[in-house]
Amino acid sequence: MSWYLTLPLVIPFVASIIAYLLRSSPLGAWVSIIGSGLGLIASIALMVVVLDAGVIAGQMGNWPAPFGITLVADLLSAVMVLITAITGFAVAIYALGDITERQAKLGYHALFQILLAGVTGAFLTGDLFNLYVWFEVMLIASFGLLILNGGKEQIDGGVKYVALNLISTILFLTGIGLLYGMTGTLNFADLALKVEEVENQGLLTVVAMMFMVAFGVKAAVFPLFFWLPAAYHTPSFAVSAVFAGLLTKVGVYALIRMFTMVFDHDIGFTHTVLLWVACFTMVIGVLGAAAQSDFRKILSFHIISQIGYMILGLALMTPLALVGAVFYLVHHIIVKANLFLIAGIAKRLTGGTEVYQIGGLYKSAPFLAILFLIPAFSLAGFPPLSGFWAKYIIVKATLDLEMWFVAFIALAVGLMTIYSMTKIWAEAFWKPHPEGIEPELKTLPNKAAQLIPVAGLAVLTIIIGLNPEPFVVFAERTTAQLLDPSPYIAAVLGETP
Amino acid sequence: MELLIASAIGIMTAAGIYLVLRLRTFPVILGISLLTYAVNIFLFTSGRLVVGAPPVLRDDITTYTDPLPQALVLTAIVISFGMTAVVVMIGLGAFLGSDDDHVDDQPDRSDDAPEGTP
Repeated sequence: MSWYLTLPLVIPFVASIIAYLLRSSPLGAWVSIIGSGLGLIASIALMVVVLDAGVIAGQMGNWPAPFGITLVADLLSAVMVLITAITGFAVAIYALGDITERQAKLGYHALFQILLAGVTGAFLTGDLFNLYVWFEVMLIASFGLLILNGGKEQIDGGVKYVALNLISTILFLTGIGLLYGMTGTLNFADLALKVEEVENQGLLTVVAMMFMVAFGVKAAVFPLFFWLPAAYHTPSFAVSAVFAGLLTKVGVYALIRMFTMVFDHDIGFTHTVLLWVACFTMVIGVLGAAAQSDFRKILSFHIISQIGYMILGLALMTPLALVGAVFYLVHHIIVKANLFLIAGIAKRLTGGTEVYQIGGLYKSAPFLAILFLIPAFSLAGFPPLSGFWAKYIIVKATLDLEMWFVAFIALAVGLMTIYSMTKIWAEAFWKPHPEGIEPELKTLPNKAAQLIPVAGLAVLTIIIGLNPEPFVVFAERTTAQLLDPSPYIAAVLGETP
Repeated sequence: MELLIASAIGIMTAAGIYLVLRLRTFPVILGISLLTYAVNIFLFTSGRLVVGAPPVLRDDITTYTDPLPQALVLTAIVISFGMTAVVVMIGLGAFLGSDDDHVDDQPDRSDDAPEGTP
């Protein structure tokens, strides 16, 4: 049983070692692709098993929970692992056309695989301290990727990213210390049981807020998001796509996990804070995007605003709202990573990412224009694409609670999202190139490697959009598990297979 | 002993926060290191302070110290050591690449440059 849990972790680590050894040869990129492909197969296998069994748990080193390190996959973990593998696979293929020989020599493919391992580990672990370790694995790999063969701009963004993330780590560790001091355990399942017995519920709320800030920095919520727009537009496009898709979502996942399972003792306070945070995140993110004119900076601010929707789903804490949050999480990773990949192709065709200085893509590369429209409209929430259903469920949940103002904000932010997407569309795609360049897809080096992942992710968006029912049903099952953690607790603390 | 350790954590945290707020790479790195030390000791104390007690089970002994925080701290120290090395390299790269060690985007503020620069 535990092979299903460990394989998605072991494969990227092995791939990373082999890719590092082969970093000077073109085979390194293929090792990364094959590793990601095998990882995808392993995550599909995990998903199938979890769909059948509900929750599976494995004790590493055979120390029984809550003493040893537990790996757990419930539906939320499994779907996050699967989506990580899909994004990883797409970006690994894309890297063939994006990563320079010099970056590959410096170990890009090895770092990329370690990043995937770190993200997967964070989704699979059932132990708070182990989550910290996976966060650090992920962070160190991301530092490396961010500044790999970088100039002043990359390092400048890297410094802010590193400093703020280390502060968040310090808060996270302090929270872990306080929580361990109060409950004597760090296992999620055990914590869910033990926090109810804590006498000092006030201190528990303080700890909850510490975790909220620590994960909030990782998730880039208001007012802790400043590192994200400073860093995400600087590295290679393959790197920024995987960052944009996955890294902040690990923070969101950790928030969802902790604030549904462990810190549900004072929902009136903690989730009200989350509600305000969510509203501000949505609004500030989308306003920030409106002020930008760089392709990737616009998209970076949109990550922040979209994170707001997910946090909103968590803050409302009704079953429907959580369904929305889970659906949003999955949809957003695919769409966002795809938009960054498209930004990369647009840059190679037109020579820049500043939207006012490029153009003409619609006329000379209509296929790319269509590929852009799909995720862009999905992000803005046009029916029948995946983003429409995600936004619809969240807005419906706010209306059910009669929170008219929040619903208004969510809808208005959607409208503003269309505004920025229109800006990219009108400037980069519709208007002629100011320098008269007619960028054609034919001139793209390694065309297939760049277009196939983009097209694949776009097709996924359309599939979710046209046929949302199985995904919503799945999100409902996931939510049921989140709201009633007893199967999770039983799987972790009960008999181990 | 509680007072000693609590005040040590407090002083290191205060100094760390002050240094981080200097917004220049070297003080920020020192500040983050100090904060990490403070957190490491804090983690250590989360298992309660016991003097002269073994962390492993033995016959005829009734007082034990909690071994888990010690294991956690060991992990945290190793990780923070690695992190510090990475941050020093990035900070050094940023300084050498731009002759400017401000962490924020402010242009060179020549009036405050000499003061506080180690």
